[in-house]
This record gives sequence, C-alpha cells and structure tokens, in this order.
Amino acid sequence: MTTVVTVVIALLLLALAAWTLVARDAFLAVAGFVAYGLLLSLVWVRLYGIDVALTEAAIGGGLTGALLIGAVARLRGTEAAAWSERAGAGAWALAMLLALGVTAVLALCVLALPEPPPTLAPQAVQNMGATGVANPITGVLLAFRALDTLLEAIVLVIALIGVWSLAPDRFWGGRPGLRHRADPDGILAYLARVLPPIGIVVGVYVFWAGADHPGGKFQGATILAAMWLLVQMAGLADSPLTGSRWLRAGVVVGPLVFIAVGLLGLWSAGAFLAYPPDWAKPMIVAVEVALMPTLVLVLALLLNGAPARGGDR
Amino acid sequence: MADFLLWMGAFVLLMVALGLVRVARGPGRAERMMAAQLLGTGAIGALLLFGAATGEPAVVDVALTLALLSAFASIAFVKFAVVQDRQAGGGEGDE
Amino acid sequence: MKALLDLFSIVAIASGALFYLAGTVGLLRFPDSYTRLHALTKADNLGMALVVIGLLPQVDGLLAGLKLVLVWLLVMLSSAAVSQLIARSARGLDRRQ
Repeated sequence: MTTVVTVVIALLLLALAAWTLVARDAFLAVAGFVAYGLLLSLVWVRLYGIDVALTEAAIGGGLTGALLIGAVARLRGTEAAAWSERAGAGAWALAMLLALGVTAVLALCVLALPEPPPTLAPQAVQNMGATGVANPITGVLLAFRALDTLLEAIVLVIALIGVWSLAPDRFWGGRPGLRHRADPDGILAYLARVLPPIGIVVGVYVFWAGADHPGGKFQGATILAAMWLLVQMAGLADSPLTGSRWLRAGVVVGPLVFIAVGLLGLWSAGAFLAYPPDWAKPMIVAVEVALMPTLVLVLALLLNGAPARGGDR
Repeated sequence: MADFLLWMGAFVLLMVALGLVRVARGPGRAERMMAAQLLGTGAIGALLLFGAATGEPAVVDVALTLALLSAFASIAFVKFAVVQDRQAGGGEGDE
Repeated sequence: MKALLDLFSIVAIASGALFYLAGTVGLLRFPDSYTRLHALTKADNLGMALVVIGLLPQVDGLLAGLKLVLVWLLVMLSSAAVSQLIARSARGLDRRQ
C-alpha cells in the first residue's frame, strides 16, 4: 500500500518537473517550480528526513519561489528576445541525450552500491551523547562537521557581497528595490500585521526545537526572513539601508563567533572547532544563536537584491 | 487505521494533482496564482494525514512551516503580478 | 471508547476528503476565475478543517493537538486573506482588458 502512495507522488513530481520545463510563460513555470518544491517536502517526509522536509518547505517552496518571481518581473522586457533565440531541435536532442546519460550512470552507481552501504551513521549515533544534543542532524552539523557549517556561513556572506556588488557605484550602501506601496487599511497590510508575530513565534520555536527534534537555525531563520520580507512587501517598513553599521555587524556576527569558538577549541581542547567535554552544548547553543541574525539578514537581503536608491555618494 | 490515513492522504494528493491541471490550463493570471494556495491547503492536509499514519509528531512542524511559507509565496506572486502590469502600462493596481 | 474515537476520525476524515473532491471539481469545472477561486479556498479549507478535526483523537498529548489546531487557524487566516488579494488582482487585470 505504501508503494502505491510513493509511486503516485513520484509520478506527480515527474509530471510537475516536465511541466516546469516546457511551460511557455515564465510566470507559469515559476508556479510549477513552487508547487514542485512544496511537493518535494512531502517526499522527504515519506523518506523520514523531517529536517530536510522542513528546509525544503521553507527554502524550496517559499523563498526560492519569491526570488524567481522577482527575477521574472525584472526580465519581463527581455522575454521576447529570449524566445526568438531558442535552440533548435538538434540542441534539444543532444541535451536530452546528455541528461539521460547522466541519469543512467547515477542509477547504475546507486544500484551497484555494496550491501550494506558504507556509512558512518552508527558511529555518529553512538557518539551523540558527547555532544549534548539529541537531534543527530544538529549533532553532525554543529559538532562532528562543524567546519562545513562554518564554511557554508562564510559562503552565504560572500554571496551577499556578490549580490551587492551588482549595484551601480552611486547606490552603494543604499536601499534595495523600490518602496512597496499598499493601502494601509487594506488586506495586505492587515496580513502583514497579523502573520509576522505568529511567524516569529513559529520561527523561534523551530530554531529552538532543533536541538532535540527536527528543526534548527536554518529553517527558523528562513521563516523569520520570510516574515520580515512580508512586512516590506506590504509597505509597512522600508527595505533596510545596506550601508548601516548595525546591518553589516549583524551579517558578519555569525561567522565571527563561529571562528572565535573554533579558536577557543584550539586553545582548550587541542583542535580547531573541538569542544571541551562538558562545554559542548553551551558552545553549540552560542554558535547557533550567533548564526541566527546572520542567516535572517543574509536570506532577506539576498531576496531584496542589489541597492537601487539612496546611498552615501 | 494507519492504512486508511495513508489512502486518504494519497487521495488528497490526487486532488491536488487534478487541481494543478487547472493551474496549467487556466486562461488567466489568477489561475497561476492559485497554485501556491492549492498546494498550501492540499499538501498540508496530505502531510498531516501521512504524519498521523506513520506516528511521527514532528510532521506538524513541517505543516506549520508550509502554511507560513505558502502564504508568503502566494503574496509574492500577487505582488509581482501587480508590479508587472503596472510596468506594462496599466492603471493603478487594486490592493 | 477507542473504537468510537476511531469511527469519529474515519467519518470526519472521509467527509474532509469529500470536500477536497468537491473543491477540485469546482476548480476544474466552474466557468471563471472568481468562482474557481471560491471553490478552491472555501471547499479545500473546509476539507482541511474536517481532516484536522478527524486527526485530533489520533494524536498523543494536548500539545500535539494544539499544534494541529494552530495549523488549521493559520491556514484559514492566510487563505482567506490571500484569496481576497488574488481576486482583486484578477479584477484589476480584467478591468484593464
């Protein structure tokens, strides 16, 4: 019975993916993509990856959808030119052959894995007690593979700087995008007043629950960023001034605290990002709390885009 | 009971799939905007059913996140549809 | 007692699925955007409400039940507001054409 359900979901996903690829209207393609992301989180739940399902629902469903819609709005003028340059049948056939080839190679590799597949999961679960957290994903992300998480946080900050660098010189340090306007007595403003408090509670809850249950800083930060963007979209707050010191301090506080904790580990436990035996949980919590403002600011600012007005020159 | 919940979840997903046909075919812009709404109510219903069938309590957290983020995605769609038409030379938008 | 609760759940969830069916049929068959939007939001929301009510006896603990109710209220609030926004945007588009 469960196989029937899984097959239904798999077929539905394939159909959605095909639709997103062949859709003529960019708006329609983005709608298909958002549907695909939201449905993919269901697949993750079926595979018992609840943490991944949370991240997929938050990022793949909501945030990426909003990002792509903003891109579609900006590219409106160039759509006609893009369609006239569409590739011919030969290029399509070659692309399809390549895609099928890669899929076949991947399938062969998965089917040829030794039984049981080599994995570090039992060892990780065995040593979970030393980390002080009960959620194995959080333990791996912030204790066993903390270096990867640190590098990911730094990559996010660099990505933000990359997006900001697209601004013309005279707008550097200014505000991104146009000021949104909405009727202050209208429905959008109402929603932007009622939803964010609930969203903030849910976001902080998902962040805090990540220690022992599925959740964590990334999912919580995405919810908080989405709520802030909602307030901006309703015109209740302007997009932030990217040259503000507080903003920039908030963006870098996460990686800086993470590096400081790593150096502390070097001094007190013998290796970069090692945790002394009874201090693991407090240090993990400190790193997570410091990463929250970074993630919220970076995610929201990435969606806002490059500064387009104001500025200090 | 778990089997029944699983089947009901699959049925709700099937309804979502059929609804997506309308989103794909629907002649107006409004139909596209309904995609996130449709997924919002449908996928959350299916998710809650699957979660109860497998006895996994954290699935309700995924449903909470889905509810918030699908509302956010719908609003982004509506916002940018309005912006686009203003750019294309329309009159004032309705909000 | 458990059998009675299970029966209640089955009845509620089955009616919820029926409303989902009604909503989807409306979405596919109604003649214009506004009626389709109406079918989608009202019927699907009622279906989800019945599903949540049916699942309440099946979860362990008060906290889990409260979370289910929170999901329901959140979906009701956001879909009510968002459907109004979509309808107004559609009306604005229609007026311009």
